[in-house]
Amino acid sequence: MIEGISIYEILALTSILFFIGVYGFITRKNLISILISVELILNASVVNFVVINKYLYPDMLQGVYFSLFIIAVAAAETALAVSIIINLYRQISSVEVKDTETMKY
Amino acid sequence: MNFSYTILIPLIPLTVFLLLGIFNKKIKPAVSGYIGVFGLLASATISFYTAYQYFFVSAKVDGVYQTFVEKTVWMNFTETLHIDMGILIDPISVMMLLVVSTVSLMVHIYSRGYMKGDEGYTKFFAFLSLFTFSMYGLVLATNLFQIYIFWELVGVSSYLLIGYYYTKPSAVAAAKKAFIVTRFADLGFLIGILIMSYYTGTFDFETLNNPEGSAILNWASTSFMGLSAITWALILIFIGGAGKSAMLPFHIWLPDAMEGPTPVSALIHAATMVVAGIYLVARLFPMFYFVENGFALNIVAYVGAISALFAAIIAITQTDIKRVLAFSTMSQLGYMMLALGVSGYDGHHGVGYMASMFHLFTHAMFKALLFLGAGSVIHAVHSNYLKDMGGLRKYMPITNITFLIAALAIAGIPPFAGFFSKDEILVAAYEHNKLIYYIGVFVAGLTAFYIFRIYFGIFWGKDKEYEHKPKESPLSMTFPLLFLALMSIIGGFVPFSEFVTPDKSGFEAHLNYPLAAIAVGVGLIGIILAWVFYKKENSLADTFANAFGPFYKWASDKFYFDEIYLFVAKKILFKRVSAPIAWFDKKVVDGTMEGIGNKTVLISKKIKGMQSGKVQDYAFAFISGVVVLAIVFIYIWTN
Amino acid sequence: MERYIFYILALIMIVSAIASVSSRKMLRSVIYLLFALVGVAGIFFLIDYNFLAAVELTVYAGGIIVLMIFSVLLVHHIEMKLEVAKISKRILTAIACAIGAGLFITTIYSYDFKVESIATTTTTAEIGTGLLSYEAGGFILPFEVISVLLLAAMIGAIIIAKGRKLETNNDDIT
Repeated sequence: MIEGISIYEILALTSILFFIGVYGFITRKNLISILISVELILNASVVNFVVINKYLYPDMLQGVYFSLFIIAVAAAETALAVSIIINLYRQISSVEVKDTETMKY
Repeated sequence: MNFSYTILIPLIPLTVFLLLGIFNKKIKPAVSGYIGVFGLLASATISFYTAYQYFFVSAKVDGVYQTFVEKTVWMNFTETLHIDMGILIDPISVMMLLVVSTVSLMVHIYSRGYMKGDEGYTKFFAFLSLFTFSMYGLVLATNLFQIYIFWELVGVSSYLLIGYYYTKPSAVAAAKKAFIVTRFADLGFLIGILIMSYYTGTFDFETLNNPEGSAILNWASTSFMGLSAITWALILIFIGGAGKSAMLPFHIWLPDAMEGPTPVSALIHAATMVVAGIYLVARLFPMFYFVENGFALNIVAYVGAISALFAAIIAITQTDIKRVLAFSTMSQLGYMMLALGVSGYDGHHGVGYMASMFHLFTHAMFKALLFLGAGSVIHAVHSNYLKDMGGLRKYMPITNITFLIAALAIAGIPPFAGFFSKDEILVAAYEHNKLIYYIGVFVAGLTAFYIFRIYFGIFWGKDKEYEHKPKESPLSMTFPLLFLALMSIIGGFVPFSEFVTPDKSGFEAHLNYPLAAIAVGVGLIGIILAWVFYKKENSLADTFANAFGPFYKWASDKFYFDEIYLFVAKKILFKRVSAPIAWFDKKVVDGTMEGIGNKTVLISKKIKGMQSGKVQDYAFAFISGVVVLAIVFIYIWTN
Repeated sequence: MERYIFYILALIMIVSAIASVSSRKMLRSVIYLLFALVGVAGIFFLIDYNFLAAVELTVYAGGIIVLMIFSVLLVHHIEMKLEVAKISKRILTAIACAIGAGLFITTIYSYDFKVESIATTTTTAEIGTGLLSYEAGGFILPFEVISVLLLAAMIGAIIIAKGRKLETNNDDIT
């Protein structure tokens, strides 16, 4: 509970963060930037879990657990993504999306 | 008595066909000739054995020849309506087995000499075997559908063999003509089969032909345009038969079919395939006879009589000996149809049916002999035309004698085979319909005249300028001639009425001496006229031809049937019907379809960039889609 | 007081998030992300989840951001400017995202949340007990699975990052 702040405001904030992340995911041309956008999206959802837990079911902890798991999965995902990016960079000396579009018609 | 071994009769030629067809280039010509001949010899042996077993040993119960059927269900439509495959043994199928075997075997032997050195020797024998297989299948068929399948198969093999010299444009055209014309008639056959099976619920010959069966008793149950539906079906089936047997007006393919090698003409276009139409009518004879009091049978009789007369007149004017024989064949086929048409059903009334089958049998022998003899002559002088021949009796004695025997047989001079069968036909016609009888007698005279016209033209008269001296053909060609000549002499003494009758019980046939005397007399008049006209070269024939004037011209141009067909096909069908349809098809139907295709390709080219391979683009589509759907479901789709 | 802190945090987060997705310098982009994450941690502090805030700071700010900085340094010149998407695409995406956000927010505001105003403080011990409990409502199994996942990810990351250069097996890919 934050004094004077309703759940609506926090959820609105996370929604905005989420869509900023989506915007970044779609418009950025660089794999690391895309990764950053994904982190933003994930964080928005983490905050959602926590806030809903706190405001609606303060005597439970499920939201917290899920947040923890999401953070852990995000960490794993980032580690793998970074390793893939580095490998890719070694192979084609680029981490631009336009150089990796092999799923084409 | 078990006749299931007869299945081997068609299967052996089929095997030979596959063998020769698949290993076409690998087999030496000499070997392939032997394979063909021995394969057929085996088939023929089994056929003869079957005939012996059937007629003399076991098939007669209480004086009636039994029908043996072995079949398996092939295609099941309903409980009662199914197509079977099998073999049917009864007097006419056994008789046909004999005819096909004998003639085919002789033609195989003959071909070994006639086709010697030809490039497609193996192919030729393969096709001959295919034809023989199909013909056996047709003869042994147990039901309408099976006969239709083999009917088309003989059509195909006939097409292949007429077009055997496929580098010759006229042969190709003739093959196409034969195929299309018979195919056109077969359309009638097919529709007839469908109507028949629809109203009777069966394809099976035994069920259909049973005089006490429902198919015959209930013929009047449905009528269409004043006739019973079954009668229409029979007429349509007869149209199919008329197409195969070159009856008027489907005869135009037969003279052109002479473009094929002569043994083929002898086998297919004289002795076997062309009688398929006769066989078909005979096969369904009880139906033809009982349904609507034989209305369809009357049509058969008149078509036969008119075809016989018409073809005989044309035959007189032709100069290509093979064409004369072709029209002669057509005329004799008309005779057989006529005989079927005037026949009754039981006991002695079945004489027309018996005579038809008898004539089929004897005609197969002497007409094959005529063709093979003509082939022998053509082989020697390398021309089909009468004007290039003359005085050959000195060079080719065997051919001369055998040809003479065949000519006497076809002219109906006793004791040769044709006399007996023709006499029976005339007896049947006399008892039934006087008009048809007079046509028959007149045709008999014409037959004698035209056949002796070419006989004298070929073997008598002055020698022509030959490139090299004609000589007698080798033994492989003369042996079949001699054999068939023997058959033409003794064939008439077979007591056919004992074996082949509509009710399968047999009766004693007697010569009707007054009628026989008239027929022989007319035949002799024909021969004498031919002798006067053509024995020595003189202008008498031309004088007579001129006396007939335009009529002679019409006849020698075959009464312009081809021209009429061409006119109808080209000027009316192609121009007025087909061309607009083709235009519509090309512009509208194809245009629409191709337009759809082209537009699709065009649009795909434009939008294939959307499939960019970038996950981000897909994500964008996904997000926008989700947003749109969310809006739709939250705000618009709220009922 | 807390209210103003929240607004300040929200402002920081939104501004830095926007900066992070639009900056044309890679490294700055990552640092802006760091600010946004710190803002998230601040919100956790505000709603009294101290443990979670600490995890957020250590894992995200301390781990992931450092990892990203490393990778940026490995594959980029610091001064290199990033390519940006076509202006039309950016506008289109912005519109789609704005509509989406608007949709979310209006939906959220139109929903009547049953907020409970009991102020309880959660201790780390409670979280730990809950995670390791194998009774009903316990999270022992996901916890163990996550630990295995992390191990697998670690091994995978090492193996992938070690990977050979393309020249050796380029021919059969093309």
